[in-house]
Order: sequence, then C-alpha cells, then structure tokens
Amino acid sequence: MIARRSVLKGIGVGMGALALPSLARGQAAAHVVVVGGGFGGATAARYLRRGNPDLRVTLVEADERFVTCPFSNLYLGGLRDLDSITHGYDDLRAAGVEVVHARAEGVDAAARTVTLSDGSQLAWDRLVLSPGIDIRWGALAGYDEAAAALAPHAWKAGPQTQLLHDQLRAMEDGGTFVMVLPEGPFRCPPGPYERASMVAHYFTTEKPRSKILILDSQERFSKQPLFQQGWEALYPGMIEWVSQSDDGLVVEVDAAAREAVTGFGERHKADVLNVIPPQKAGAIAEAAGVTDETGWVPVRGDRFESALVPGIYVLGDATIANPMPKSGFSANTQGKVAAAAIIAELAGREPPTASFANTCYSLIGPGYGISVAGVYAADGGTVIEIEGSGGVSPLEVGPEFRRAEAEYGAGWYASICADIWGTRA
Amino acid sequence: MIRLAVPLALAAGLAPAQAQEIDPADLAVMAGPCANCHGPDGRSPGAIPSIAGLPEGEAAAKMLAFRADEDPKATIMPRLMKGYGEAEIRALARWFAEVGQ
Repeated sequence: MIARRSVLKGIGVGMGALALPSLARGQAAAHVVVVGGGFGGATAARYLRRGNPDLRVTLVEADERFVTCPFSNLYLGGLRDLDSITHGYDDLRAAGVEVVHARAEGVDAAARTVTLSDGSQLAWDRLVLSPGIDIRWGALAGYDEAAAALAPHAWKAGPQTQLLHDQLRAMEDGGTFVMVLPEGPFRCPPGPYERASMVAHYFTTEKPRSKILILDSQERFSKQPLFQQGWEALYPGMIEWVSQSDDGLVVEVDAAAREAVTGFGERHKADVLNVIPPQKAGAIAEAAGVTDETGWVPVRGDRFESALVPGIYVLGDATIANPMPKSGFSANTQGKVAAAAIIAELAGREPPTASFANTCYSLIGPGYGISVAGVYAADGGTVIEIEGSGGVSPLEVGPEFRRAEAEYGAGWYASICADIWGTRA
Repeated sequence: MIRLAVPLALAAGLAPAQAQEIDPADLAVMAGPCANCHGPDGRSPGAIPSIAGLPEGEAAAKMLAFRADEDPKATIMPRLMKGYGEAEIRALARWFAEVGQ
C-alpha cells in the first residue's frame, strides 16, 4: 500500500505512514474532524457525510450560531437584519455530523489528535481546518483588541458588526465615516468597497450631509471601475477614496480620539472609525504547524491538503490559494474538493480531479449589483484559473443588468446558505 | 486534469452519450460549485433558476449559448461557462437532468 501510493502519487512516506493506523484499526469507520463551521468547514462536513455516510464526521465550532461576513454589509446598510445572516447547525446534525461547540486549541499531528477548550481530545484519521482569519494585533500601530472595542474592524461578523452598525446609527448627520484598509492579502477583496457603498446608502436615506473617507493601503482595488461608476451614479460626492500613493496609507490609529494618521503625518478625525487591519490565518492553523512565514497556509491545490503536514486539510481564507480570492464561495468549493479527496484516499482510491469556481456579488445600492467570477483547476499542486473564464460585470450596461445582478446576489446567498447550513429562507 | 484527459474529439463536440466518459467522481466535483447559486442539487430556494431536472439537451444548448455570448439577457453565466469545455458542459447537463429524476 505504501509503496503503491508513493509510486503512483509521489506523495511520499508521510502520506503512507498516515494510512497505516487506519488499517490497523480494521473496519472501524474513519473519523474526520473538521475545525471551523463557516463556509469551508461546514461545507466539508456536510459533503464528507454526503459522499460517504459511513464516515464519522465531527465539526468543532466555538459558536452555536454563525454570522456570515457575506451580506453583513447589507446589515450595516439597513437592508438586512442580523437574524437573516445568522445560521445554526441543526441541519448539519440531521445530516449525521456530530457538532461540538468548543474552541480547537491544539493539534498533535503525530498523535493525530486535536485538543479542545473544554480539555477533551478528539482523535482523527484526517483533520480539516477552516479557521478563517485572525487579526494581526499591533501590526498597525495603536490597533489592539482594546482599540477594536472603540474602532471596530467588523471583519469577523458578529458583535463587531453590531458595534459598527450601532455607532453608525448613533452618529450625527454631517459626520465623517473613515475606513482604514490594509494591504493584501485580506479576506474578501471587494468587501471594504461594498461596505462603503452600503454605508453610503444608509447615509443617503438617513444622514445625507455625512461623508465617507476611505484611506487605502492599496493602489487599486477589486471591481474598482464598477464601484466608482456606481458611487458616481448613486452617491455623488459622498465617498472619497484615497489611494496609497495619495497618502492613503495609514501608519497609526488613535482609537480613543478616533483618528487615523497617514504616512505623511496627516491626522484624519472620524466620527465613526472602521479599521480593517492586517490579517493572518486563524490561530489553530499556526498551532497545527501548517502556516509558513507569511502567516498563511500553503496547500496542495489539487486537494487542499497542507503542503507542510500531510493528513491535515486546510480551506478558505486561511490558505494561499491565489488566483482564487479569499471568499466564502471559494472556501465552499475548496471544501467540496477536499471532502471528495479525503473520501477517496480513505478508500484507497485516487482523489478525483479538482474543479473550483468563485462568484462574488457586491451590492452598491438597492437594485444595483455587480459581480466577479472565475473558474479554477489544479495544475499539479497549484491552483490555476481557466484561461478565458471569469472576469467582472461589464461597465457599459443598462440598469436592468445591475438590477438582475442585485437579485442574483440575493439568490446566491439563499442558495449557498441552503447548501452549507441547510438554511431555509 | 479533466481538460487534458478528455479526448480532443470529444471536446470538438460529439454525441451527448460520449460525455459520460468523464469519470463520475470527477463530474460530481465539477458539479459542486453549481449548487452555490442554483441551490443544493440544483434546487434553488431563491431568485436564481433551479436546474435540477432540466431536459439534458435544453440545458446543454443554454449553457453552450451562454459560453458563445449568444444570450443577450445573460449576466454572469457567460463568464462562468467559458471555464468549461463542450464535453464538460454536456456532462453537467446530464448530471443535473438525472439529479431531478
């Protein structure tokens, strides 16, 4: 078995050694532990059970209810309530997934165990990590956890999103909402600009004398011409975007004073300050030894197994998967590929051919949506975009196109949440 | 890679029956992303059309028209369908036709 796999797959001794204990356990069902109940992890858990109902699958997720980052900007804009972007795990349980609400705190790859915050240990035959992002506290001077309680990042959905929502509601008309944006890579490349759009929608309807200032560490951004066209059409004069070279790079934040200081020393005073800080893979990835010097996780693109630790699969925002963006859609399709690969490997078969896609809708205003899409495959261990596929919505189209993409964006959210958490509208 | 493994003759467009040469396990993975917009197994709960149970020929023709930029009402599907060869599109059409049965 070891020799055959090594010859056929070139995986080497590590993978073969991992297969041995499973065989030694005889006919007992293999156990896959999935850490993280978001877009990647919950998808993997569901599709592992769906693809092989004999598998034992345990999903470890700290929270009993999961609030999605996608569509959280619509909550900020007043177009959605928080309940409509919150999902539970009952339907996954009904699909035979054992759901444990605890934090995964440590991984022993040699012993093949994961240690939980309640002190218990789970043994696994394969481990899937879908931990999302963590904030690099202190990477931006002045921005630590205490600062986030005053100037929310709201880049993990939940209480932070609610805090930003409430600060925007409490702001006086005529105030300035300042967004501080990081250099890439970060979760959801178009997300900050959708957020600016949704806040602009709220201001236009409730606080029309208010302004939005975006201080950006980037020179250009995702779907930029489409966003700027939409801002011009819907919110003329309300949103000012400052690129890095125009002194948009913020080097220090004073959260108590709600001030952002740029590289050239200009201090911007905000009435509401949203700092989207530098990020890295979720903490459990580092604890498991799957991150590299960048703080992100290199993976084998044909199955989303760690490039560093065989037997551990990693999904979603935590991974280095470019040209796939860090998006919920990407994480979902990576979860499906990883689930199929794990099922095949545990059965001693070759993993099926990887195939991925991504679609990111952004809402600029009610009835005004735009999108970016891509189709991806794996070439050896590398994710590649299929040539000629994908791209962004056209610039020169009428309102019907934008309206349709706004509706399809809502349709996408309903479908993917049904696919992952079994949420019914 | 499927795109390399599928014989060129197939990619050039032969009878739908030959689309089944794509391995079923590969096809299941290829169909995975469709659910994200068209719903689990192609049954949509929202504004995007369901595709489960669409007649195979009709679905293939529609997808090929998207790919060729021949549907003036299309939005995102032309960009997505350009990521798949004709044999893959015919296999996906069959997959979702059979899902509906």
